[in-house]
Amino acid sequence: MKASGGRYDGWTSVALALTGGYLLLVIWPLIMVLINSFAGGGEFSLAGFEKFFSSRLYYGTLINSVLVTVCVTVLALVVAFPLAYFMTMFRIQGNRTVQMLILASMMSPPFIGAYSWILLLGNNGMITKLIESVIGVKPPSIYGFAGIVLVLTLQLVPLIFTYLMGAWRTIDVALLEAAESMGITGWRRAVQVISPLLWPTVLAGSLLVFVRAFADFGTPMLIGQGFRTVPVLIYSSFVGEVSVDKSFAAAVSVIVIAVTLGVFLVQKYLVSRQNFSMTALRPIEPSRLPGWRGVAVHLYIYGFLTLALAPLIVVVVSSFRNTLYGQFVDGYSFENYLDSHRDILRYVGNTFGIGITALVILVIVAVLVAYLTVRRKGMLSGTLDTMTMVPYVVPGLVIGIALVTAFSQAPLILTGTFTIMVIALTIRRLPYSVRSTTALMYQLNPSIEEAAISLGASKFRTLVRIIVPALAPGILSGAILSWVTIITELSTTLFLYNTSTQTLSLGIYAEVIRGQLGTAAALSTMLLALTMLSLILLMRLPGGQRELRV
Amino acid sequence: MTRIALRSLRKEYNGQVAVPNLDLDISNGEFFTLLGPSGCGKTTLLRMIAGFNSIEAGTISFDDIVINDRSPAARNIGMVFQSYALFPQMTAAKNVAFGLQTRNVDKAETTRRVTAALESVHMAHLKDRLPGEMSGGQQQRVALARALVIRPAMLLMDEPLSNLDAKLRVEMRDTIREAQREAGITTVYVTHDQEEAMAVSDRIAVMNLGVVQQVGSPAQIYRNPANRFVAEFIGKTNLIERELHHRNGATMLDLGDGVSVDVTSTIPSTITGRVQVSVRPEAVSAASEGLSAEVVAETFLGSHSQIRAQLSTGETVEFLEFSRRAALWERGEKVSLQLKTDMLTYFDAESGVSIMHGAQR
Repeated sequence: MKASGGRYDGWTSVALALTGGYLLLVIWPLIMVLINSFAGGGEFSLAGFEKFFSSRLYYGTLINSVLVTVCVTVLALVVAFPLAYFMTMFRIQGNRTVQMLILASMMSPPFIGAYSWILLLGNNGMITKLIESVIGVKPPSIYGFAGIVLVLTLQLVPLIFTYLMGAWRTIDVALLEAAESMGITGWRRAVQVISPLLWPTVLAGSLLVFVRAFADFGTPMLIGQGFRTVPVLIYSSFVGEVSVDKSFAAAVSVIVIAVTLGVFLVQKYLVSRQNFSMTALRPIEPSRLPGWRGVAVHLYIYGFLTLALAPLIVVVVSSFRNTLYGQFVDGYSFENYLDSHRDILRYVGNTFGIGITALVILVIVAVLVAYLTVRRKGMLSGTLDTMTMVPYVVPGLVIGIALVTAFSQAPLILTGTFTIMVIALTIRRLPYSVRSTTALMYQLNPSIEEAAISLGASKFRTLVRIIVPALAPGILSGAILSWVTIITELSTTLFLYNTSTQTLSLGIYAEVIRGQLGTAAALSTMLLALTMLSLILLMRLPGGQRELRV
Repeated sequence: MTRIALRSLRKEYNGQVAVPNLDLDISNGEFFTLLGPSGCGKTTLLRMIAGFNSIEAGTISFDDIVINDRSPAARNIGMVFQSYALFPQMTAAKNVAFGLQTRNVDKAETTRRVTAALESVHMAHLKDRLPGEMSGGQQQRVALARALVIRPAMLLMDEPLSNLDAKLRVEMRDTIREAQREAGITTVYVTHDQEEAMAVSDRIAVMNLGVVQQVGSPAQIYRNPANRFVAEFIGKTNLIERELHHRNGATMLDLGDGVSVDVTSTIPSTITGRVQVSVRPEAVSAASEGLSAEVVAETFLGSHSQIRAQLSTGETVEFLEFSRRAALWERGEKVSLQLKTDMLTYFDAESGVSIMHGAQR
């Protein structure tokens, strides 16, 4: 096993160092959470779990969360399936723009959506006031269950949509023609022939939607009010609106991880039972749909687009409205930007400083882990690969709690530092980066590496001079995507920041909670602009569009 | 220039034996080919020489120095891969220069050698192209230049032509042979294509199931195959089974229809019983007398025809004829076949091993 693992060399050291770092920064903090969940006052107890299941106030949040998540997952699928079907089968006006805007709405931070719907349909919302002044009756409240489901569904439809579009590209026209030759067309064909082919993709996409909806903290925090979900319970019991109970927060975290892990394993089992692969020699060509059906299809697509983009437009417009004590009043100006320009500069500075540092570390670690998993198959790299996937099933809030728990006492006091922010953001994004880099690495012919070595290059030189440059386009577009998720991340860093490490997304959250709606809108606009610029850059890269999944 | 010696070499993959025990000597400047069907261990062996595969037992030496523990980078080899393995982000010239840069050759010298190497494979005009902008044949030329430019101790080639179309294959194998002769470099070449092996090699090792069946020049292994496997793998042949008879100190083989061959000088007298006779197509011709046969099919191929005929024993014989007849033979037509007896080879009916005098392994 000389060249393929086993022998101790530089790569073994790299694998050991990465494993060590991962054990210290991810596994150990999570174990601390686990220990805390079973330790009430220094000894083993199930008090945290007992407390959770003894009062409806607590276990009710789990029911709420499951209810929200199931609704969102089903709704997202129901909305996204026709969307992807129409976009694939029929010629749609402005097809490319529509796809890009849908992606843009996916990449925008979810809590901005929540905040924006409050601006529209909240107690003092624009539409609320409009309806009230026209018919004199206050419309039903956006707060609570309905608001959360609305915001999260609009946010996550694009996710399943991109998954489905990807899968659709692998379906060969011949399959559809074969169905047609047997007299099965239209909706019957979509249900009987296409759906089973898309089933693994639907499962994978649904899992992602489920995990995201279940773990989302910003949306229910801002728009949920009395309707509390599990992440909100974790947050409030950890920071203690009423009372601080860290072992209780830990216990709830463990329950959340258990649920996510369970769903993850069920999905893996279902996918493994249905394993087939397809490549389309001739992908589906969209055809023109005439008459009222064409109009209906366009209405559906543009209707969704309007709903998805409305919050973003509202935020941008609101950022220019005048405010008084944080509330919007008549008139437009730049005062929201000018009045708090010091804070804004600080937030932007932190976003770039922390974000870029995290991104650089993330890319390096992802390349190393991917290389080890693909080229140096062995127990060590297998363990490493599995470990990097851990944060995939752990909600961001819990990662935050774990890091606070582990690094707020001697010898390692990191809470509130630049370092802990970087660590948190890196860990959060690592599963996605490692997976996309691993996929890239698998595409690179192993002979290329052997060629470099046969020409006398060392393994390190081969990695730096040959492998990384050969994969550079893919790594770069992956990095931009990571960048977007890093700058919009909220829940992971919520327990870890202080004023000197506050980023744009944390700033938005703080300003909304403080009732400074004008400043929040200005910050949101800047974050959105940053996100859009990054996405436009990504689109311009060769092959960048393919990266727009996850 | 380097001699390669393999001694008692053994290769296992997860407990599965791929090469049980192999000895081989490759001389200075020789074009040596490992030939065999897929899975015979030829690529495994090449990669062991290159250092990409581990060695479970035995030794590999270059010029009497055991290099088992040397990394591939330190073996000073030039390797050409089936998939070309050009670095996709580098131009042809930069690909060729890479090996020189790792050897810290100075800039002027690098430029000079890169240009010369690309010229020798007729690729100098495309030196600024990226691999994605070149055809398969062009890529393989660059790969060859890249392997040769570092002046390696040996050239190792793993099925370098199998991704090219038939016409390019013939063209490229001449280029490879030319470049190898010019450099006078010891070359180990892996292929499953026996015609390609015959065309380029000084010597060929025919392999099957990790075991070398025969080593020899192309003519030797074709004319005097060590066993039935080699006879069937190298070129085409017809196998028929007959009985040996010893009469008055002579060894005779009855072919049937009153035709018999005196094999006293070919087969040792100690051998008796049934033998297998390998009849190459070119040893068969239609004649006025000989073995009687019935035509099964004649396939017209232009300058010649391929004919399948059935002997009275039921055995099928295939042979070629130049297209000189006005009409093709019909199915069932009676013909007489004459065999050129000095072109026949003989194998033990049971083991398939050659029973001829001087048969070699």
